[in-house]
Amino acid sequence: MKLGVVRFPGSCDELDALRACRLVGDAELLWHRDRDLRGVDAVVIPGGFSYGDYLRAGAIARFAPVMGAVGEFARSGGLVLGICNGFQVLCEAGLLPGALLPNLSLRFVCRQVDLVVERADTPFTRACDPGEVLSIPVKHTTGRYYAPERILDELEANGQVLLRYAEGQNPNGSLRDIAGVANERKNVFGLMPHPEHAVDPLTGSTDGARIFESIAAHVEALRRGPLAAAGGSASAVVGRGAA
Amino acid sequence: MSGGLTSSPHRELGLTDREYERIVARLGREPNGLELAVFSLMWSEHCAYKHSKKLLRRLPTEGARVVMGPGENAGAVDVGDGLVAAFKVESHNHPSAVEPFQGAATGVGGILRDVFAIGARPIAILDSLRFGELDSARSRYLLAGAVSGIGHYGNSIGVATVGGEIYFEGPYEQNCLVNAMCLGLARRDRMVRSAAAGPGNLLVLLGALTGRDGIGGASILASAELGEDGAAKRPSVQIGDPFEEKKLLECSLELVDAGLLVALQDLGAAGLSSSSSEMASKGGVGLDIDVSKVPLREPGLEPFEIMISESQERMLCVVEPAKLDAVLEVCSRWEVRATPIGSVTDTRRLRVFDGGELVGDMPVEALVDDCPLYDLEPARPAAPVYPDPPRRLADDAPADVALRALLRAPSVASKLWAFEQYDSLVGSRTVRRPQQADAAVLQLAPDGGRGALAVSIDGNGRRVACDPYTGAVEAVLECARNLACVGAEPLGLTNCLNFGNPEKPHIAWQLEQAVEGMADACRALGVAVVGGNVSLYNESGGGPIYPTPVVGMVGALPDPALAAPAGFVEEGHRIALVGPFAPDLAGSELEKLRGRLATGLPQVDLEAQAAALAFVREAVRGGAVASAHDVAEGGLAVALAECCIAGGVGARVDLAPLAERGPERALFGEGPGGVIVSGPPEAIDELARIAGAVPFLRLGEVGGDALEIDVGAATLSLRVDEARSLYEGGLPDLLQ
Amino acid sequence: MRARVLIRPKEGILDPQGQAVERALPALGFDGVANVHVGRMVELDVDDVSRVGEMCERLLANPLIEEYEILVVER
Repeated sequence: MKLGVVRFPGSCDELDALRACRLVGDAELLWHRDRDLRGVDAVVIPGGFSYGDYLRAGAIARFAPVMGAVGEFARSGGLVLGICNGFQVLCEAGLLPGALLPNLSLRFVCRQVDLVVERADTPFTRACDPGEVLSIPVKHTTGRYYAPERILDELEANGQVLLRYAEGQNPNGSLRDIAGVANERKNVFGLMPHPEHAVDPLTGSTDGARIFESIAAHVEALRRGPLAAAGGSASAVVGRGAA
Repeated sequence: MSGGLTSSPHRELGLTDREYERIVARLGREPNGLELAVFSLMWSEHCAYKHSKKLLRRLPTEGARVVMGPGENAGAVDVGDGLVAAFKVESHNHPSAVEPFQGAATGVGGILRDVFAIGARPIAILDSLRFGELDSARSRYLLAGAVSGIGHYGNSIGVATVGGEIYFEGPYEQNCLVNAMCLGLARRDRMVRSAAAGPGNLLVLLGALTGRDGIGGASILASAELGEDGAAKRPSVQIGDPFEEKKLLECSLELVDAGLLVALQDLGAAGLSSSSSEMASKGGVGLDIDVSKVPLREPGLEPFEIMISESQERMLCVVEPAKLDAVLEVCSRWEVRATPIGSVTDTRRLRVFDGGELVGDMPVEALVDDCPLYDLEPARPAAPVYPDPPRRLADDAPADVALRALLRAPSVASKLWAFEQYDSLVGSRTVRRPQQADAAVLQLAPDGGRGALAVSIDGNGRRVACDPYTGAVEAVLECARNLACVGAEPLGLTNCLNFGNPEKPHIAWQLEQAVEGMADACRALGVAVVGGNVSLYNESGGGPIYPTPVVGMVGALPDPALAAPAGFVEEGHRIALVGPFAPDLAGSELEKLRGRLATGLPQVDLEAQAAALAFVREAVRGGAVASAHDVAEGGLAVALAECCIAGGVGARVDLAPLAERGPERALFGEGPGGVIVSGPPEAIDELARIAGAVPFLRLGEVGGDALEIDVGAATLSLRVDEARSLYEGGLPDLLQ
Repeated sequence: MRARVLIRPKEGILDPQGQAVERALPALGFDGVANVHVGRMVELDVDDVSRVGEMCERLLANPLIEEYEILVVER
């Protein structure tokens, strides 16, 4: 299994994401000007300030050559994970619904938060238990999730809200405490918290590893056949806790 | 060539008549406008350290671990496994007083460039900030702007901001201090120096376009007091572009890694003038620069403006002609502008051309080495230099009232409000985040090393104002104590000396005393000073700032998992006070709240301090203690409260043995040398047994939901949740 | 031709920057201020001003959260 981590000029967390990916499989960096995804099984769009976040967070990165390939990859069912700036890019690119607005505090916030797993039957959360609480840090200025009410209702109805900030811990004013959403097909997932910063017991928590383990388990299951992939059963989990 | 100069242009540019005569003598003729502009900057306090260089020679700069000492872009120490830690602290005080957001942001940008200029990847930023009291709207504005600017630059470029300190004192009202420290890591065999070499090699300018930023800024801003006519002297504010610097950083490191560069240097104060002449001086060569080749942001810059522009996010490198194409290719990949603007010569002269025309011709040695150095004329002040701070607490306020007031005093209270605005995590190295432990701890595993680095930055200017020698000793000791609390051994030190006008005898005295104190403390601890920065003339109508030597220290520890947190960990753990701590109210935070400054602080026994630091360090490394936290502002009562707040658990302690000179002294007295440790009973028993000559006093036990302190005659009790809300609300409440 | 694009948060979208300004103005003695919104401005020289709307839709603004107004400032 191989994961690709996109590197834009201005990406900051791409090496952290690469290390987190390598805990569950092979991983390499994908350069923003390349259109070739090099046969990866899943793509991670990392955090940072792609193209300086000038104009609007993620607005310019979505037009990078690599994003054309990522779009096709996603439309063909490939797994795409967007973390923080990556989430913003995926929203700007229209691969995910909604938008990210400046935090209510108008300040950058770096803080460990608790996240509630709303759905554990997706490629990105299958290593979690439903209702499980993950401790993962956030760090952003533009993380307030917004979508019109009608779309929010749809997201909830379709089970596209995968992670929510635990009660009282919403760090940015996101509507309905939404921390991470998937597309309808559940193969594209964006979240503001940084799972790649929560994979090492020395640096805080290992809960973020679940996200990467989920992706690995899903890719492995796909290899064994579509039935196993759809099951999302615990048997596909490659490991818990510190990797 | 004109620079709009009047009849005595050298005076306007900050040069004395004697200095001007010396320039004429060195050139053998009158300088033209461009040459005068370049000389005025190279001979400014900022570049030439003319009032501090002699004094700085008293600092110890050698040690077994030192790889690069003062004089390079950053100091560097060996951390094993083929890695070196490079670090430096630098001030950006005046620009921050003019525009705090951009001033602080470009301060961070500048110190980052110093570190990656030697081929080191920046891995951590720390900041030491000083503002006036927060009842002033201006201080609140400066604080909010500076913190936001630091975060903006550091967060955007992806370097973790892992620590720092903020103090609020009246004398910083007009002259805030923004000192930024950067720590980087390099492979020892991949470091690059700044010495230009190889006549015929090319000089290539990397990065941002050159505009009219900070023209004359370095000499006029950094060497003159911000007086009544400060507004007129305000330069155009320099705007930081962290995105440009991020590309420049990655590009520079790739160039270094690929071995494509002969030399690399950042452009800081005095821009091209300073970077080119420093590179030429170190290499014993000359440089020819064609300013018409420099890419400009706006048309019509004169040659002298191009030479002294302080536009941000630029680097200068020396490249062998055969490697130029490879260099340009890397730069193009990173979308970094790269322009050959000149070449290395064997003339030992800095020659400036505007196309075919020679517009400046100066001996490199004259620019870099010939600035006259001045002796200070120190005199101990006969009368107090500073007014007493405003009185905020009655002398007879009961101890519990005093403790509450101290916990929410802005200099003592939690700085989480600021730290949360910084990305402290990027890089996956941060084992101890801000306020989790006394020093930040960064693991080396992601970089192929073992163990971890610890880093801390300290300097309580008010105590230095009370006693410049002892205050500076204490700043070094506090930094070392913070490292000891996480089990780290100091490897090297960087400093930033923020003082008033050194031409005034009482300021010269403060400076001399502080450097002496710092030197003595460094020798006692065996720590070398590997670099630093001096910021003088921090004065305004309100008088000088408190003398503020800021100390940044980097240490190493073998096992990051054992780095002790500051907070108590478990009910039933025993608490002890380790070290030669002799609490005294002189210069304490309590005395400040009561509206008093002290003259003189108790002497410090450096040998006993060093022994205690080694003992604490070994105790932490051996895993004997579960927590360690040093006693600083607010004394033992505040330190114990901080241990309780951080751990979310109470404690019962008995300070009666320390109360023979009054309960107040025991509770709130300050002084160097005290560390509060906690651990399982048997571990604390064992430490007590082996403490030997190191003072070791059992204080009590962790447990309950309140801090209960017995001081003999009196007892004091404060619930942990109340303590937390005072401590964590102190800063935000004042900023509402 | 010089065009000026004014971009602001769509009506109904929470605008904390606007609110912060709205709160700050009375503190400075400016009473009677309401409905403050903070946006941004993009100025550009274009050959064909009729294409600026498309530029807004695709890049300059995010139509989900922002509205925009195109002014031709110089012909």
